[in-house]
Amino acid sequence: MTVANMLNLTASPALSILIWIVLFLAALYFARRPFHRAMMSFSKIIYNALRFTAASVLSAEKRLTQRNREVLMTAGLENAERMVEREFDRIGASVTRDLEGYPNVHRQVSEVITKLDEDYNESADVPPSLPNWMPIIESIAKIKHTGDSMVANMLAEINRSLNDQHKKAIEDYRNSTASRHAILNKMMPFWRKLEKSLTSISKSITNIKKRSKTVDHYMDEYEQIRSKSDRAARALSTSSLTQFAIAGLVLLIAIGGAIINFNLIALPMSEMVGGASYIGPYKTSDVAGLVIILVELTMGLFLMESLRITRLFPIIGAMDDKMRRHMIVITFTLLAILAGVESALAFMRDRIALDMQALRQTLAGAEQIGLSTSMIPTVGQMVMGFILPFALAFVAIPLESFVSSSRTVLGGLVAWLLRIFAFLLRLLGNIGFYAGRFIVNIYDLAIFPAIWLEGIILGTRGKKGAFSDAEILEDSPLVEEAVDSFDKTLQIKEHQE
Amino acid sequence: MKKFFALAIVLCILIVGCTDTKSRSTGVYMLLDTSGTYAVELEKAQKILNYLLGVLAPGDTLAVARIDTGSFSEKDIVAKISFDDRPSVANNQKRLFMQQVDKFVSSVKGSPYTDISGGILQAIEYLNEAGSGKKYVLIFSDLKEELAKGYKRDIPFQLPAFNVIALNVTKLRGDNIDPKEYMARVEDWRSKVEKGGGEWGMINDLERLNNIFTN
Repeated sequence: MTVANMLNLTASPALSILIWIVLFLAALYFARRPFHRAMMSFSKIIYNALRFTAASVLSAEKRLTQRNREVLMTAGLENAERMVEREFDRIGASVTRDLEGYPNVHRQVSEVITKLDEDYNESADVPPSLPNWMPIIESIAKIKHTGDSMVANMLAEINRSLNDQHKKAIEDYRNSTASRHAILNKMMPFWRKLEKSLTSISKSITNIKKRSKTVDHYMDEYEQIRSKSDRAARALSTSSLTQFAIAGLVLLIAIGGAIINFNLIALPMSEMVGGASYIGPYKTSDVAGLVIILVELTMGLFLMESLRITRLFPIIGAMDDKMRRHMIVITFTLLAILAGVESALAFMRDRIALDMQALRQTLAGAEQIGLSTSMIPTVGQMVMGFILPFALAFVAIPLESFVSSSRTVLGGLVAWLLRIFAFLLRLLGNIGFYAGRFIVNIYDLAIFPAIWLEGIILGTRGKKGAFSDAEILEDSPLVEEAVDSFDKTLQIKEHQE
Repeated sequence: MKKFFALAIVLCILIVGCTDTKSRSTGVYMLLDTSGTYAVELEKAQKILNYLLGVLAPGDTLAVARIDTGSFSEKDIVAKISFDDRPSVANNQKRLFMQQVDKFVSSVKGSPYTDISGGILQAIEYLNEAGSGKKYVLIFSDLKEELAKGYKRDIPFQLPAFNVIALNVTKLRGDNIDPKEYMARVEDWRSKVEKGGGEWGMINDLERLNNIFTN
C-alpha cells in the first residue's frame, strides 16, 4: 500500500484532496492559539534578548563616553596648566630680563634728572650788573657843560668810559649766554638717555601686559575646562581630532624619513655584521640598521623629554635640573655620535655601490665608463646621513600628540561602533518581533476559511476568542536607554522574568 | 640589580633563540662540457658564469668543474669559492674568480669522453659539504653522455633539495635527423634527476638566464 493510496480517501481524487484540505485547515485552526502563543513568545524572546543586549551595549557606550570625556578634560586641564605655566615662565623671564635692572635704571634716571636740574640752574639767565659807580658817572655825564674845554674833556672821557663799560657788559652778557647755551647743548644727550630708559621701561611693561592678557585667556580656558562645560568638551574634542590627524601625517612623513635613512645604512651595515646571517627571516644587517634608527629615535625622545618639550616619561621631567642637563648632554652626544656613524655608513654605501657597479660592468664585458667620479652624490648622502638622525629626533613631538590624542579619538571611535552595534541589535530585535507577527498573520491568512466559519458560527466576526490584539501587540517593558547601575539592570531582569 | 640581570639573560636567550640556524645561502655548481665539439661553446659558459657572479650574494657558494672522461674527481673543479659575508670582499673574490675561469676557458683542451653523471655526483658531494640552503647544479652540455670503457655510473642520484638545470643543450647532427633522440636524451636526464628527488629544468635561450633562480 503506497502513500498515494493512503491519501486517496475516496475514488475521486478531487474529493480526496478537498477532504484533506478541510482536515488540514481544521487541524491548523485548532492549533492556531498554541501556534500564535509559541510564535509570539519566540519573537518576544528574540526581541527582549536583543534589546536587553542593546541596552547593555548602550550602557557600556555611555560609560566609555563618560570616561572619554574625563580623559579629554584631564588632558585639556593638563595642557591648559602647561600653557599657563609656560606663560608664567615667560613672564618671569621677561620680568627678570627687563625689570631686574630697574633699580639701576631708576638710579640712572635720578642722576640724569639731578644733572639736568643742575644744568638748568646753571643756565639760568642772570642779567649782567653794571658797576656800582655807574649811576654816579651817568649823573655826571648828564651834566651840561658850559663850553669849558676841561670839563668837556672830562665829560667826554666819562662818556667814553661809560660806553666802554657798556660794551664790556654786553660782551660779558654774550659770553655768559654762550656758556649757558653750551650747558643746554650738553643737556641733550641726557634728555635722550632719559627718553631711551623710559621707552625701554614702557616696552617691558607693555610686554608684561600682553603676557598677562594671554595668561588671562588661558586661565579662562582652564576655568571652562574645570567647570567641565560642553563647550570646553567640544573644543577639546575638535582639538584632539585635529591633533590626531596632523600628528598622524607628520608621523607618516617621519616614517618615510626613517625608511630613507634605513636604505642609506642597510647595505653598509652588511660590511660590519656580514650579509649572510639572519635573525628570523630578516638579514642581520637589516636588523642592525633598524636598531640604529630606533636607538636614534629613542635618543631623540629622551632629548626632547630632557628639554621638557615632551612629557612622555614623567620620570625624566621630574629630574632635578642638574640631572636633566646631564641627560641633555649625554643624549645629544650619543645622537651626534650616531649621526656621525650614519654619515660614515652613507659614505661607505656610496663606495660599495660604486664597486658593485664597476664589477657589474666588468662582468658584462663593458669598459668601465660612466662611473660617477663626482663627490656631490657622496657628500649629499653623507649630509643626509648626518641630518636625518637629528630630524628624526623631533618625531618625539608629533608622537606625543599622536599618543595623547589617539586615546580620545580611539575612545570616540569605539563609542561610535558601540552605538552602531546597539542600533543593529535593536533593529534585529524589532525585525524578530515583527517577523513573529508577520508569521502569525500569514498563518491566519492560510486558514482564513476556518476563521471565517468561526465568525459565522459565533456571530462575532471581530472577536478572536480570548486572544486579544493587546496580548499580541504587547511590547516589552524593557527600557531602551542605557542602564547605568547594576541594581537597575537587576530590576529590569526581574521585571522580564 | 638581580632582576635586571635576569631580564638581560632572558633577552639574550630570546635573541639567540630567534637567530635562524637554517642556511639561506645559495650554492651553485656548474659543470662545463669540454668534450669534442662542445668545447667551442665555452664562451657562452663564460657569459653564464658572469651572470652568476653578478647575481650571487655574499655568503653564497660557486664552483665550476669540467666534464671530461672521469668527472667524479676534485681535480676537475676548475674554480670554487664561498663568498665572504662582506660585500666589498665578495666583489674582489668575484673578480678573481672571473680571471680563473677566463684562464681555464682560454687553455681548455677537449676530452674524448663525456662523464656527466660523475660530474653530477661530484656536484652533489660538494654542495652538500658546503651546506648551502638552496642548491643548484647547472649542466652546460649537450647531455650526450659517453663513458670510457670500464667507468660505471649506474648509481641513482640523491638529489633532494637540488635544482638541476641543463643549459645550452645543443642539438647534435643525429638529433636533426631524428628529433626523438634529442627528446629521449633530455627525458632520460629529467627522469634520472626527478627519481633522485631533484627538480629538473632546462634553459637553452641564454637571454632567459634569470629563470635559473626564479623557477
